[in-house]
Amino acid sequence: MIDWSPLILTFKLAFITTILLLVVAIPLSYWLAYTKSKVKPVIETLVSMPLVLPPTVLGFYMLIAFSPSNAFGNWLDEWLGLRLVFSFEGLVLASIIYSLPFMVHPLQSGFSNLSISLKEASYVLGKSKLTTLFKVLLPNLKTSLLTGIVLSFAHTIGEFGVVLMIGGNISGKTKVASIAIYDEVESLNYDAANTYSLILFAITFVILLMVYLVNGGYFKRIIS
Amino acid sequence: MIEISVHKKLQSASGTMLLDVQLEIEKGKLVTLYGKSGAGKTSLLKIIAGLLPVEKGRIQVENSIWLDSYKGINLIPQKRNIGLVFQEYALFPNMTVKENLLFALARNQNKKSVNDLIEIIDLGDLQYRKPDTLSGGQKQRVALARALVKKPQVLMLDEPLSALDLEMRQKLQEYVLQVHKEFKLTTILISHDISEIIKMSDYLFELDYGKIINQGVPTEVFTHNKDFTKFKLTGEVINVVKQDFISIITVLIGKDLVKVVADDNEAKKLNIGDKVLIASKAFNPIIHKL
Repeated sequence: MIDWSPLILTFKLAFITTILLLVVAIPLSYWLAYTKSKVKPVIETLVSMPLVLPPTVLGFYMLIAFSPSNAFGNWLDEWLGLRLVFSFEGLVLASIIYSLPFMVHPLQSGFSNLSISLKEASYVLGKSKLTTLFKVLLPNLKTSLLTGIVLSFAHTIGEFGVVLMIGGNISGKTKVASIAIYDEVESLNYDAANTYSLILFAITFVILLMVYLVNGGYFKRIIS
Repeated sequence: MIEISVHKKLQSASGTMLLDVQLEIEKGKLVTLYGKSGAGKTSLLKIIAGLLPVEKGRIQVENSIWLDSYKGINLIPQKRNIGLVFQEYALFPNMTVKENLLFALARNQNKKSVNDLIEIIDLGDLQYRKPDTLSGGQKQRVALARALVKKPQVLMLDEPLSALDLEMRQKLQEYVLQVHKEFKLTTILISHDISEIIKMSDYLFELDYGKIINQGVPTEVFTHNKDFTKFKLTGEVINVVKQDFISIITVLIGKDLVKVVADDNEAKKLNIGDKVLIASKAFNPIIHKL
């Protein structure tokens, strides 16, 4: 029987990352969609960097930055009690940065595609920006939200390089499924690697299929 | 009384345009902004609503100052007591008709006003439907009702009826007139439709390229045409366009086309190709040196 802990850890990581990403990405994508600021292109570029940068680059710099032998890492360790290298918390932070474009892009284009007059109508009716965001804008962005949530979740399940760099391979703590597969192959344990791989393949396939079915209106058509 | 003085650079299709207008609107009147598209009418409404910033300007409604660029006053849209009906309705798709109206309630405001409006504007049958399932005219009624929920001082309508067919338009004109009187509103309407303007509004501002080029009581503005002279001229009827209860008759005089407003009874007698006489009694001839 295989060790289930890497799979459980993977889904725990993906779940927490997705929740935190939502909290970060909603204000960020709102700002990106409506700002006229000159720094917008720079921020957009930074958000998109994980799409093109090798994950190892990101992992490497995070490893350097968060190392307790470094001023910043030391400060985190002493003042906040956060040790971000070779820990689950570190994985979460790395995953948030690594999956950021997958949440921000759908939300940003969702905000931009909403008619500006929805927002204006709400303001004229005396509603604050926050009320407008939660009662008017977000409820009309359901497909963008769903796309963002599912893509970030699936992408976090699939990450490897950044996790290996900053998390290493500590069983039950940072050894996620993708690393477990690599580990099993290294020790020529192909059966176990195959089982992990098949499970990941099946789950990500189903998740993505659901998105396309929902966004393509397939379920709506079945119901009506 | 609403006093508006606005100075703003606008980006239009033909480059930068300066919106520079001063106007006064009497309390309780229904006034129309009229003019070609791109003349700055919608921008002016948005500025009054506080949705568009200006370089210089002052807006005073009764005793409250909404905008004064010299004193640094600029109320946010939320604090300006207006109802705005958007050209594309802007109903919230995630809410039913009734939820759209309830959303507009101010804090502590009684829900009764929503129920009253549903009654006045005949939305009873539609109240549990989502906006996507409504026709243009129905959406327009919902948008009108929603704009009235918080009992605004000023109601502004941005070409609310242009997308509707004639019958629906006439019905909605009645609704607007009814609520204008019932709620004692000061109403600003954007319209292209001359008969609509004559039927509905007390006063007219004609905008062109960011400036007010004409203003007055609609019937006078539309009949006081530069091409009218005291002379009698004969010409040939080229076209008769019926617009609700008036008709616009295009007459060829020499090489020039002249448009004449006629009421229905007169227009009925006219056919294309008829020879007609155009005469003017009321106004002095205008002399232009050529």
